[in-house]
Formats: sequence, C-alpha cells, structure tokens
Amino acid sequence: MFSEADLTALVITLKLAIITTLILLLLGTPLALWMARTRWRFKFLLEAVVALPLVLPPTVLGFYMLVALGPHGPVGGVMASLGGPPLAFTFTGLVIGSVIYSLPFVVQPLQNAFAAIGRRPLEVAATLRASPIDRFFTVTLPLARPGFFTAAVLGFAHTIGEFGVVLMIGGNIPGETQVVSIAIYDHVESLEYIHAHWLSGGLLLMSFLMLIAVYAFNRRFTVI
Amino acid sequence: MRRGSFSLDVDIKIPCRGVTAVLGASGCGKTTLLRAIAGLDQYPNGFLKVADMIWQEANHFIPPHQRPLGYIFQEASLFAHLNVRRNLEYGMKRVPKMERKVSLINAIELLGIGHLLERKPDTLSGGERQRVAIARALSVSPQLLLMDEPLAALDLNRKQEILPYLESLHRKLDIPVIYVSHSPDEVARLADHLVLLEAGRVIATGNIHGIFSRLDLPFTQGADAAAIIEATVAAHDDEYALTYLDFSGGRFTVTRQQLALGSKVRLRVAARDVSLTLVYQTNTSILNIFPTTVDEIKNVGPAQVVVRLLLGDGVCLLARITRKSVSILGLKPGKQVYAQAKSVALLC
Repeated sequence: MFSEADLTALVITLKLAIITTLILLLLGTPLALWMARTRWRFKFLLEAVVALPLVLPPTVLGFYMLVALGPHGPVGGVMASLGGPPLAFTFTGLVIGSVIYSLPFVVQPLQNAFAAIGRRPLEVAATLRASPIDRFFTVTLPLARPGFFTAAVLGFAHTIGEFGVVLMIGGNIPGETQVVSIAIYDHVESLEYIHAHWLSGGLLLMSFLMLIAVYAFNRRFTVI
Repeated sequence: MRRGSFSLDVDIKIPCRGVTAVLGASGCGKTTLLRAIAGLDQYPNGFLKVADMIWQEANHFIPPHQRPLGYIFQEASLFAHLNVRRNLEYGMKRVPKMERKVSLINAIELLGIGHLLERKPDTLSGGERQRVAIARALSVSPQLLLMDEPLAALDLNRKQEILPYLESLHRKLDIPVIYVSHSPDEVARLADHLVLLEAGRVIATGNIHGIFSRLDLPFTQGADAAAIIEATVAAHDDEYALTYLDFSGGRFTVTRQQLALGSKVRLRVAARDVSLTLVYQTNTSILNIFPTTVDEIKNVGPAQVVVRLLLGDGVCLLARITRKSVSILGLKPGKQVYAQAKSVALLC
C-alpha cells in the first residue's frame, strides 16, 4: 500500500492545500467583492491578471516564481536582505506559488456569487438600518454561501493537483516539498506502478468526492 | 442633481403628514428622487431636511442606514436566505427599543401575513411577498415611508389585493408617506398631496383635489378626467338600499355600502358622467344633482370641452361635454348651472 514516504507526501499535500485555501479565501473575498462591485474602467486588466494562471503552462508560472523567490530575485532578495528565511525550495515558497496558481479558482466563483446577489438586497438592508459591515455578514455572506463552498473546494482540489509550479519552486525534497503528484511521477519513473496506482487512485477518488459535494451542495442552494 | 444627460431639478417642500404622491411618466426622475431622499444614491450639492433633521447638505451626508425611513421597492426584494419572520425581524432588531413604535404583531396584523411567518420567500405569491415587504419596512418604525411603485410589478388582481392594505396603513398609522407612481388611478385612491414631475422638473404641486381639477394639467385633458371629493357617510336608507354621503357641497346618493356612519370616503366623479342643465330637473332618474357655478371652460379636442364647476367651499366637479352644448346653454364663467352626476365611484 502506501510507503512511509508516500504518506509524508500525502500529508504535505493536504497541509499545502488547506493552508493555500484558507489564505485564498481571506485574500480572495475582498478582491472578489471589489471586482464584483467596482465600476473602475480598467477592471478588465485586473481580471486578466487573475485569470492568467488558467492559461499559462504551470512550468512558466513556476519558472518566473523561482526567479522571483530565489535569493537573487526581487522577492527572495528583499527577504534575504531583511534576514528572512529563503523561499525557493521551501514549504513557504510552495504556499506562495500555490496561492497564485489557484487564485482564479477561488476569486472567480466568489466574484460571480457576489455579482449574482446584486445591489438590491444590500440596499434593502441599508434601509433596514444595517451598516456596511453588518450588511456584509448578514446579507452578502449568507447569500454567497454556495459561491464560497465552490471556491473553497475548487481552490483545494486544484492545489492538490498541481505539478509544474511545485516542481519548479519546491524542487522535490522528500518530507519538505515533495507532494503527491510528484511522488507519483517518481514512482512511474522508477517503474513502481503499484505505488503509483495507489496514490493515483486515492487522488482520483478524493477529487471525485469533492466535486460530487460541490454539485450536490450547489443544487440544494440554488439561488432564487 | 445630474447623472449623464439626465438632470433632476427638484426644489419642493412637502407636508410631513399624509400621503404625498410623486406622479409622472417613467423616466421622469421619480425613482431617482426617491433614492436620493433615502440616501441610496449620493448627489453633491443636494439639500434635504426631514422634519427637523438635516439628512443632507453641503458637507454633511447621513448614510441610508442612519436615516429613520422605510423603503418599499418595486419588487419585494425579500432576503432569500431568511424566512418571513426573520425578514421582518431583520430591521426591527436594528432599531433601539426606545424608538420602536410599530410592533411586529401590529405590522403582521395590518398586512394580514400571520399565516406566512415560517415560509421562505420563494414559496410566496407576488402579492404576499409585497405585503411582507411592506410590513418589513414598517417594522423599523420609520418616520418617513418611501414607496417606489409598490404595485407596478403586480397584475391587476394582486393590485386589488394590496391596495386595501395601503389604504388602511394610511388611516391607521400616522407616518408620512412619499408614494411614487405613474398611475393617476392609484394616486387618486391613496394620495392627499401631489407632486407632478416631468423630465426631471416639478410642473405642479399641491393638494390632490386642486391638482386633479386644474384644467391646464394632463389629467383633465383625457377621457378619464375626474374630480375627487371627500365625503362622510351620513345615513343609510334600508328601504331602497342606498347610502347617503355628505360633503361640503351637498349630499351624494349611492347604492348601499357596508360602511359605518361617520366614516370618511373618497369619491371619484368622472367628467364624462356629469351632464349640465340650466334648470333643476325633477323628471329625471338621476339622483345626484347639484347647483354649481361655472368656473372655467377649456377645449380638449375639436368637439369637446371640460368645464370646472364650483360647488361651494372649494369643492370642484368636472364635466366633459361638447362645445355645441356650451353654446346652446350659453355657458361662461360665473353662470349658474345644475350638474347631474350619472355615477359615482367610491375609492376607499
């Protein structure tokens, strides 16, 4: 079944996906809210930037991030000069890469959910004495709940499935940055098909169950 | 205020009691005006004072959630994630206990929605939803109630379902209402005071009886021109199944109404149902005949005119007759004539 190294890879993968999803929900919510409401003329530029990870080959994204996060890159360099930890080939670097890589999968469902609510319920709430923050928690959040669920599951699942970005900026350090998708690749390279089967089958099953959950949940919460 | 090529220029004072209707064709700025009053849209250089409180002036803008108003939108716009009860409680919970004047029970009873409390909005009919929305707006004990065509999204039957509630609201609660509408009929039933808007400009303002009988305004030009008269139920005649309604110019006889003696009613007398005679007719089936004085005559077509008649104490009747009749009877301002009203409609 699973070797110890496989289990470690699995734990790292889940940890990465959970942390990435939480960060994305925190950052993605205000961004999506702003994008859904703003009448800013150049909003389309930002939308294109957010959507870039959808079309770019992950290796391209990973390559640029390796350059940026490396000790001589703009981000890594600043971190190093401030005495911060290195980012390339670390778990932290993986998280940063994953957040960018999975950004559209969280922001787009949220943005659609917020846009679908429209202004009216918020205006009604305003005339019923609710302050802007009150309105967010009592109207926007509950009405966008299916959107949040979709965003969380897609962000999580997409992070689990990443390969190229992780390989570029994480390297393949067992116990540190080796995730399941890379472990599978290693097994195949070494012709360990049984191990590859177990990990692949596990991932397939997990992804399928999560998607079933998304569709079942969103059917129950069809927006009126 | 200005948005794009549309500008709204409104400088009016309206009374702080009763129902003020803002009437105009769609696109004339009615909703824009209402949203500005609510603070939902912010326009620079506006000034708004309600009762003794300034809601907006040069460097001062009270956001909508701090204005003590109730707003009823054209669509009910109930919160889809809350049931009826929690929709109603939403606003009430946010009003300090001291300021709560309308109780939830009161609002529920007024709108007849007690049986709907545990239902979700998507299981209600259009009329029920709008009734819940009205109750919800009342639940914040507003000092001013703003209604943006609350009946426009409903079909005729639903309208008939809601109108009585709006009328009782008006009689039972002492909350000033600004009611936006494009329908003179609705306004005739509900309003005391009228603001006429045309392309962002106020073309007339005043009490409803005065405006409805002004011959220079669009209402009196059409075939459904009518006078509105306030009357009191004076007596019932059980023998003939009739009810007598007194007003300052006389007494109307109508078919028996289920109304308590002394209750106030509003009558609508269509101009086309009023005919004029020079002498008091005794050999006629018409019961409602009043001595009047011709006040003004205005042509409203090649063959027809509208005549405004005074019935003492500021009450007016309108008669739509032919120009030929005017010359046969020799009608001119100041002339005494008898007005015969063939039918009278009770509005409320």
